[in-house]
Amino acid sequence: MGEYKSHEYDVLVVGAGGAGLRAAIEASAAGVKVGLVCKSLLGKAHTVMAEGGIAAALANVDDRDNWRVHFADTMRGGQYVNNFRMAELHAKEAPARVNELEKWGAMFDRTPDGKILQRNFGGHRYPRLAHVGDRTGLELIRTLQDHGIHQGMSVHMECTLVGLLKDGDRVVGALGIERDRGRFIVFRAKAIVLATGGIGRAYRITSNSWEYTGDGHAMAYEAGAELLDMEFLQFHPTGMVWPPSVAGILVTEGVRGEGGVLRNNKGERFMFQDIPANYKGQTADNEEEGWRYCQGDKNARRPPELLTRDHVARCIVREIKQGRGSPHGGVFLDISWIKQRIKNGEDHIKKKLPSMYHQFKELAGIDITKEPMEVGPTTHYVMGGVRVDADTQMSRLPGLFACGECAAGINGANRLGGNSLSDLIVFGKRAGEFAAAWSKEHGHGTIRDGEVDEKIKAALAPLDEKSAAGSAEDSPFRIQHDLQVMMQDRVGIVRTGPEMADAITAIEKLKARAAKVPVYGNREYNPGWHTQIDLKNLLICSEAVARSAIERKESRGAHFRDDFPDKSADFAKFNHVTFKAADGTMQVRRETISDMPAELKAIIEEMK
Amino acid sequence: MPKVPFRIWRGAAGGGEFREYATEITEGMVVLDAVHQIQAESANDMAVRWNCKAGKCGSCSAEINGRPRLMCMTRMTDLPPGETVTIQPMKAFPILKDLVTDVSWNYDVKKRIKPFKPRPPDAADGTWRIAQADVDRVQEFRKCIECFLCQDVCHVLRDHHLHDQFIGPRFLVYTAALEMHPLDVEDRLADLKDAHGIGYCNITKCCTKVCPEHITITDNAIIPLKERVADRFFDPIRRLFRFLFGRSA
Repeated sequence: MGEYKSHEYDVLVVGAGGAGLRAAIEASAAGVKVGLVCKSLLGKAHTVMAEGGIAAALANVDDRDNWRVHFADTMRGGQYVNNFRMAELHAKEAPARVNELEKWGAMFDRTPDGKILQRNFGGHRYPRLAHVGDRTGLELIRTLQDHGIHQGMSVHMECTLVGLLKDGDRVVGALGIERDRGRFIVFRAKAIVLATGGIGRAYRITSNSWEYTGDGHAMAYEAGAELLDMEFLQFHPTGMVWPPSVAGILVTEGVRGEGGVLRNNKGERFMFQDIPANYKGQTADNEEEGWRYCQGDKNARRPPELLTRDHVARCIVREIKQGRGSPHGGVFLDISWIKQRIKNGEDHIKKKLPSMYHQFKELAGIDITKEPMEVGPTTHYVMGGVRVDADTQMSRLPGLFACGECAAGINGANRLGGNSLSDLIVFGKRAGEFAAAWSKEHGHGTIRDGEVDEKIKAALAPLDEKSAAGSAEDSPFRIQHDLQVMMQDRVGIVRTGPEMADAITAIEKLKARAAKVPVYGNREYNPGWHTQIDLKNLLICSEAVARSAIERKESRGAHFRDDFPDKSADFAKFNHVTFKAADGTMQVRRETISDMPAELKAIIEEMK
Repeated sequence: MPKVPFRIWRGAAGGGEFREYATEITEGMVVLDAVHQIQAESANDMAVRWNCKAGKCGSCSAEINGRPRLMCMTRMTDLPPGETVTIQPMKAFPILKDLVTDVSWNYDVKKRIKPFKPRPPDAADGTWRIAQADVDRVQEFRKCIECFLCQDVCHVLRDHHLHDQFIGPRFLVYTAALEMHPLDVEDRLADLKDAHGIGYCNITKCCTKVCPEHITITDNAIIPLKERVADRFFDPIRRLFRFLFGRSA
């Protein structure tokens, strides 16, 4: 007991996706000693799966674009419960962050005059997404990775953190486990940046990778930080539905940006049937106009397929529920039809959507240049996360920062496509900058041996033979599976109060099972053990989602209540904050949204 | 549905053995699904590295029936029906446990390659102008998901273990992406010839065959680099020039 290695850093960054890498690069540039911990190998984080692009008002394709339009689009998409300051910073700083990627070697597709090309995406008024075909995330992470490894940071790959260490209120370190040998490692750090991504593995149908178990959310919560907006979970409208083993894998919104259309089994473009009032003015009312928009006609309005994700997902669910779905329980997404409109349509599709072509060909045996895809909603992104200061990204715990998907605020009730990659680099940079500054102003805190020992003991408990005797029939894999099915069913895309109350009860039962589940084998690269560790985090996040969703008795953005189907002006006034109370229970409280500065209010009014 | 038999290598650095498993296969399953199912049913501690299960991260590389492949992109129906499926870890890297190998050497190699160095910006606002055609040329190399299957199959690494003298196909592709990057002004040819051992590649194209991203590794990346190295260092007229006027020619 109590045996561990130690490392000391000024700034410890947890997570090596886009946000973590960007934070680590910025902190390194500030001249402090940086450690970067990642659960997988470097360059494998969930960011690689991002497809469509990075939203930034570069105005390379449409010169009417600027940060003010991007800000207004982001706020409208988030149904005005976003942190307006974050939305402002994001819109202002994204162009510089994208250009900087090019300085570090990124290669985006080009306009005819050689600038970075931008594509259309849901909820963005103008073509705004810098992209590389449909593998923009890979380009982003590889650029940051290849630049980052030369900036002096130390990288700890395949290392899982099991808890933050505190000195009073301040976060002063973290305890991790090296996956290969199962050895413990104590990181002493003046500042810690969480960049651990989302929580999508709490659901059965998800586009999220293995790592997305809400580690940062849960560790921050346990340490005393607050979680914000946890009821807002984005279901991406288009995931694969067939075959079952690949259900949930993302089909990029870029398909629709390139002219792909959604149809039900009657062949109807059902998205034309329900266009929300606040988007009516900017949405095409006929197919011809929609197509012209996708072809870059500045006078055309966007097709309804490019409405926000929350709305498109609900329309798809409606079609399926009312019996107009595709054979395997989705709807049809057709890009092959554009062959009627453009020459060499087949090559065009393969060039613009290479990984979609590849993915359907290899996993479903479908040629998307010839036949429609079957798609349905998939758990994609959590708008909620660690509550942070907009400018510095510091949580309420001194020394603890968060950025990227595991932080909350910028997206409000619904994130626009493309705003995630820009969020990563804008707020990753800020977190790195302010964490480095913090570390220069503060010395190391004190890590108590007792706290480390306690945490090591807890982590090893399931491997202990005595506790393993409890329920030999259960396994961490089974509990995770049961949680995923339950969350999908009870706290999914359409929610009701009674179902979510059931979910809380179910989570309590799952917690009890998780507390005594045995883990077989030794500490070395043991997936059973790590699944058990992840499970604890997933349960905390699931409970936070359910509890916040119960409290929001209205429908807004990605949060849809069948028992409260309308938006309520009252609920527009506050966010939900989840925290651990003194008695150890999870509590949700309302936090009134502060008044927006007149300047920002004017922008929103102007763009309405 | 009948169960399909599997032989999966279990063990650690010190040694191991194939163990037999069987699991039920349903429509559309890929090998990684089967491995996960076996793990959940009867081998909770079986080590397997994976992330996205969508062919985008390049984590789940292994040898399936002797062929280096991504487990997540190999459909069960691609394999001969009724036969035992054999899965073992990549051979070119040290074993950590079961199907997981220590690929850290690759990360060390990348660090030794001179990083991207752009020419000064083309525009006053600090941006560059690049033609789409120049982007397209390099895109193929930048599709690489770093699954290291090309490294695994390369006989220079796999059979001759020349890890300290040859960077392998993955990093020749990486170097090609940098050398052919329209903005890059760094010079990596001397490194390619000496420290990175490009001469060891005798263009058998095994790497190209196993690449899950279908990158034409040998023809489009390695051969052009070999030509550049040959032009610089082995062209007889240039050699004479160098002899007469010094290194810079």
